[in-house]
Amino acid sequence: MSLIEVHNLERIFTVRKRSGRFRRTASEVRAVHDLSFQIDAGEMVGYIGPNGAGKSTTIKMLTGILVPTSGHLRVAGLDPSARRTDLARRIGVVFGQRTTLWWDLPLRDSFELLRKIYRVPPERFVHNLAEYVELLDLGDLLDTPVRQLSLGQRMRGDIAAALLHDPEILYLDEPTIGLDVISKGRLREFLRTLNRERGTTLLLTTHDLQDIEALCDRVIVIDHGTAVFDGPLSELQRGDGSSRTLVVDLVDEAPAIEVAGAVTRKVEGPRQWLSFPAHVSAAPIVAAVAASYDLADLSIHEPDIEDVILDLYSR
Amino acid sequence: MAEPTKGLTRAVADYRAIAAMWVRAALAYPASFWTMSLGSAAITGLDFVAIWLMFHTIDSLGGFGLAEIGLLYGATGLGLGVADLLIGSVERIGDHVRRGTLDAMMVRPVSLLVQVCADEFQPRRLARIAQTGLVFGWAATYVDWTVPRVLVAVEMVVAGSVIFFCLFVIFSCLQFWTSEASEFANAFTYGGNTVTQYPLTVFPKELVKSLTFLLPLAFVNWYPCLYLLGRDDPYGMPGWLRFASPVPAVLLCGVTALVWRRGVRHYTSTGS
Repeated sequence: MSLIEVHNLERIFTVRKRSGRFRRTASEVRAVHDLSFQIDAGEMVGYIGPNGAGKSTTIKMLTGILVPTSGHLRVAGLDPSARRTDLARRIGVVFGQRTTLWWDLPLRDSFELLRKIYRVPPERFVHNLAEYVELLDLGDLLDTPVRQLSLGQRMRGDIAAALLHDPEILYLDEPTIGLDVISKGRLREFLRTLNRERGTTLLLTTHDLQDIEALCDRVIVIDHGTAVFDGPLSELQRGDGSSRTLVVDLVDEAPAIEVAGAVTRKVEGPRQWLSFPAHVSAAPIVAAVAASYDLADLSIHEPDIEDVILDLYSR
Repeated sequence: MAEPTKGLTRAVADYRAIAAMWVRAALAYPASFWTMSLGSAAITGLDFVAIWLMFHTIDSLGGFGLAEIGLLYGATGLGLGVADLLIGSVERIGDHVRRGTLDAMMVRPVSLLVQVCADEFQPRRLARIAQTGLVFGWAATYVDWTVPRVLVAVEMVVAGSVIFFCLFVIFSCLQFWTSEASEFANAFTYGGNTVTQYPLTVFPKELVKSLTFLLPLAFVNWYPCLYLLGRDDPYGMPGWLRFASPVPAVLLCGVTALVWRRGVRHYTSTGS
């Protein structure tokens, strides 16, 4: 039996809209439908999709916050909404956009309270806290009230808080949103260590393809409420969507640039768009362009989730 | 029997852990704690000052003297005060829904009701208990105490707290449907407290009946106080009502459990 089992899951919302002065019409929105997947213990899975695709709705059902309209759902052998508090002991949840910590309390007090309500054995708690404080660099922040922490600091605090009770599964909803590059890198490193050393199963939703590249062997893409792809990242990136774009501003207008390793997609006055495979270094291409043309400016764009999904449909 | 007892013990332990942390947080700013406490004591105390000033021009209100009204005032104030201290935070359900903190609470292994009630536990709410307790203590010196009367007094304060507790939860649950309904709950809790500060003889009989059978606030102080004061019921209601306060309290607990469950189920099925 898998740790997470989802079979034909469906979730319908009734949306009431005002139509006319007194009348209200109710319409049904299928946020999630016909969704099936299984996740085994120790996997790191990226759960991606455009805004409104049903990612958060799925996480809410997996944690028991939301009752499914129909379908089969088991997490660690439990029906999440029926056994919500029992399940809570075995999972950790981090909502990127809002904190689960107590806003007015110092981190230390929040952690201490979590120790009590999760009934974490004292020696386990001391051990875990020491480890997370070191790995997440929380030492100087323990006595600061949560509301005074920066976004990145708060996120680290939230992640430590979600892990103090040794959960089997960690759900991360947009964990790197709004973080700077260095914070993102350290957070990813921490999550890899956690998975490797403790075998914690990770399910993360994200908009950042680099999160997925750094962390996940497996990706589930959800769109319009249903899974449109489930497999390794390499398979998802085979097509065009995984190409990067080099935007070049020339000093003068010129015909389409021709360099090895890149294809010119678009020319608009002095500006040209060149695409090249994501796994290839940009440096030789930039050098080649600079050698033959007068450059005013250039920039490189990473592919984003939307590109990957568009590409998925175009295959 | 083991399971529910264990669940209750856990709930109490969780409640104490959360409340204790908020007490520590409040005491971290002692100046603010004391000004807030004295401020709220003064505000609740003004109610009784108003009644006391009234008695400079009148000798009785609805057939009741100042000490007798003090007893009624103290009893309902204690009931509300205890409920407000322990679970007053429940009226912020709507906030939790709006800010998403309810979701965070739902993924913790603690009863949601315990978390909502213990959240931002405010020790300054002790001020109301202290102030109304003082009035009750003063008024009690005029009561001719016997053992049964002491028992009825204890029963009155406990049942009164439970009744206010239930009203707080029931009307706060409306916020699961419309998150703006917190003022509505106040009308029944703090409003109910204000009505019962006066002898019910000043109100028409219909209201007294409603406060007996519909919204059982008369059991918070009126009926048991009639017994403590050794008075006949001015409306000729049955005498056993004076001892019956636990009955509406227990019934309301049932209603509360039902409404709470429906509210949570509504939330988990709409996720608004």
